Amino acid sequence: MIDHLDLTMVNWARAQFALTAMYHWIFVPLTLGITWIIAYYHSIYYKTGNEEWKRLTRFWMRLFAVNFAIGVATGIILEFEFGTNWSNYSWMVGDIFGAPLAIEGLFAFFIEATFFAVMFFGWDRVSRKFHLFSTWMVAIGSNLSAVWILVANAWMQNPIGQEFNPDKARFEMTSFKDIVFSPIAVAKFTHTTSSSMVLAAMFIISVSSWYLLKGRHQVMARRSIIVASVFAFLASLFVIFTGDQSAYTVAQKQPMKLAACEGLYRGEEGAELIAFGILNGNKKIGDDQKPCLFKIGVPGMLSYLSNRSFNSFVPGIEDMVSGNPSRNIMGTGQKMEMGKTALAALAEYKDKTTSGDAAGAAAALVTFNANKQFLGYGYLEKPEDAAPPVALSFYSFHFMVILGTLFPVVALAFLFFAWRDTLADRKWLLRLGTIMFFLSLIAHWLGWIVAEVGRQPWAIQDLLPVTVARSNLTVGTVQTTFFLFLALFTILLIAEIGIMLKQIAIGPEEG
Amino acid sequence: MIGNLEYSTLQGLWWLLCSVVGALFLFLNFVQGGQSLLWTVARSGEEKSLIINSLGLKWELTFTALVVFGGALFAAFPKFYATSFGGAYWVWIIILFTFIIQAVSYEFRNKPRNLLGEKGYELFLLINGTLGILLIGAAVGTFYTGANFQLSQYNLVTWTSPLRGLEAAFNVFNVFLGLFLVFNARTLGAMYLLNNVDCDGSPGLEKRLRNATVTNFLISLPFLLFVLISLLLMKGFEVQGPGKVVMVSHKYLSNLLANPILPVLLLAGLVLVIWGVWKTARTDSRGGIWPGGLGTVLVGLVVLLLPAFNNTPFYPSKVDMASSLTIYNASSSKFTLTVMTYVAMFIPLILAYIAYVWRSMAGKRITIEDATSEEAY
Repeated sequence: MIDHLDLTMVNWARAQFALTAMYHWIFVPLTLGITWIIAYYHSIYYKTGNEEWKRLTRFWMRLFAVNFAIGVATGIILEFEFGTNWSNYSWMVGDIFGAPLAIEGLFAFFIEATFFAVMFFGWDRVSRKFHLFSTWMVAIGSNLSAVWILVANAWMQNPIGQEFNPDKARFEMTSFKDIVFSPIAVAKFTHTTSSSMVLAAMFIISVSSWYLLKGRHQVMARRSIIVASVFAFLASLFVIFTGDQSAYTVAQKQPMKLAACEGLYRGEEGAELIAFGILNGNKKIGDDQKPCLFKIGVPGMLSYLSNRSFNSFVPGIEDMVSGNPSRNIMGTGQKMEMGKTALAALAEYKDKTTSGDAAGAAAALVTFNANKQFLGYGYLEKPEDAAPPVALSFYSFHFMVILGTLFPVVALAFLFFAWRDTLADRKWLLRLGTIMFFLSLIAHWLGWIVAEVGRQPWAIQDLLPVTVARSNLTVGTVQTTFFLFLALFTILLIAEIGIMLKQIAIGPEEG
Repeated sequence: MIGNLEYSTLQGLWWLLCSVVGALFLFLNFVQGGQSLLWTVARSGEEKSLIINSLGLKWELTFTALVVFGGALFAAFPKFYATSFGGAYWVWIIILFTFIIQAVSYEFRNKPRNLLGEKGYELFLLINGTLGILLIGAAVGTFYTGANFQLSQYNLVTWTSPLRGLEAAFNVFNVFLGLFLVFNARTLGAMYLLNNVDCDGSPGLEKRLRNATVTNFLISLPFLLFVLISLLLMKGFEVQGPGKVVMVSHKYLSNLLANPILPVLLLAGLVLVIWGVWKTARTDSRGGIWPGGLGTVLVGLVVLLLPAFNNTPFYPSKVDMASSLTIYNASSSKFTLTVMTYVAMFIPLILAYIAYVWRSMAGKRITIEDATSEEAY
């Protein structure tokens, strides 16, 4: 379908998408999580009428609003980048991928946009009840938007509920239900929203810890911490649970991604889960070198994570690249051949249809249908191309897991000392608290690297590589917009940080 | 019931739905109009704050309407999404830029340590309110004047102009349509502010807003007349068979006459806008925004519906007419359109809660106390 592959252009387009997504994901998880906590604070104020809770609610709302705007600004770019930089993708899967995006706009963004104004400006414009309702609606609307965009992303990882239409040469939806309730979508949504709640709670803990260290706004800071650490503790336990679910679905649907995350080159029974390790940088697919220079692992755990059985077989990168007949695993080379056959049959089908040769077209279609399962592999140049970058996937995955394990411990420590009312004396904990927001942000980024780098080279798993998903643009054009976005987003980020720090320094109005 | 609809009915329905969202977006452009008025109508910091805080209650609705317009086009007409965004690259990128800088400006403008200063963010609002709308108008103009693309057998886009979409801004019809939208947005912006801002503390502001309504309407008129007369006289693209698109004289005039609802909507829309302006100029009424807004929606609907039906490609290609997009060859599958139509059943509910919230918040107009409160923009 694409005759000339301009890899440089594709890589700049990937870099641009990664840049936008990374900037977007500074603001979005905070928005997703903090709205629930603000709604909770607001509810306490509604119940008690205590002005202290109102001040606290308004303060966190103000920080939320500054953050929300820039999340919106970066979000619109992501939506339209599918069209501008990935137009072939938009055409080939728009029939499926467009629907969740449109639904996101209709069902989530309008709720957010409508009720945000009431939440923020409704203090003496609407009834107290309607005002509280609006605050909850902002939380619901934000998280609904996460549902739909994650459904769309999950479909890229596990393209079910679709069929290729050879007449139009595109993928078309066959089951909306399968797409929405895909196990990957469910795992992604629960993992992302719960970890966003952890991040938001950690944000509140960071700011409040700073206040306690400085001896300012102590009542508000303590109250904020108590609620936030309960949220953080419960949510971080849930993150571990949903993380396990995510890993299980990845093992089932994207075994190559899991193998890359674990640096597992040769599959094995009773495979160990590496707690931490250092990769051998010289290791190549197919050679005899050890993948890790050093590692600490838990035997059988990776098998359990993948198949819920300690002795089961987990395929490695080499099994999937070269094939492993004893385990019934087809190699990438064979898939590439079938993919190329499918592509040639599709071209033939098109030609025969155009020239009115019905019998020839029917024969080509039979060949196409027999091989279409591996359509995307027809674009790969060599079997090793089917493996994602191992080091980036491996380290991202492991640092994410380490950070994810730290969060409930820190949250519990805050809860314990807050309960004993000795938080102000625990300077070490407060100092740690001030950086918890940044650590959780890093964990989020690492999670997205695992999800998106780990599935390379695919835009749509097994069906459409990123090299074919691109627009017909010159390298210079994409480079120009890359640097324009980089400059603009960086300026806005600096402005946002400046404003946030100043707002935090000003603090809530004292009663 | 929806499951039994014909494919072509669903395609027509979805163009209508996209057009409704697009037309509502044009009404909600009163936010952009208000942003550009900031520089001509406000005489003091207080007046600026009043205007910004009034628009600040609504900017996200406009923004969301744009996002939903894009999303609906993606879902229902993915070939258009792929062709236009991937092809007319620069015009869309610049439009997007103007909306990025808008999104942060309300929140950042009056905050200490905001890096660019108040004036910087006000400039962003001006750029969004003028250049952004102008280019959207130019892009919509290509529905009539055509665009520079070729599609391959596999629907890959090749854009034949090196300006990648910006060439649309060098066509008089497109630019005049854009200029009409800019000044119409300013007319609507003035009427909205009159309705929403409490001018009691700033006596001159009310008079200036009423004057701005009339002035901007009068400036928009020649552009509107040019666009309307061109539409009636110009040659247009007609589909005469599979892959066969030719230029036909008075195409859009015949489209207008082919569906009697369209001229009625157009006429009603124009009358309503004039009525809104007249009410604002000649009476004490603050309600001109309602007929003006409804009129804009109706005119916008006609502008978007006219090039899509009656064997007309809504996104014609000037350079390879066979590549032109119609609502039939650019749409999603019947299955997807059916699913989306079930989803669309909720649109009245969405419009209802937006209207309810709007009303609840409009009970008290924006005062100087609001504009200087803790939450103020």
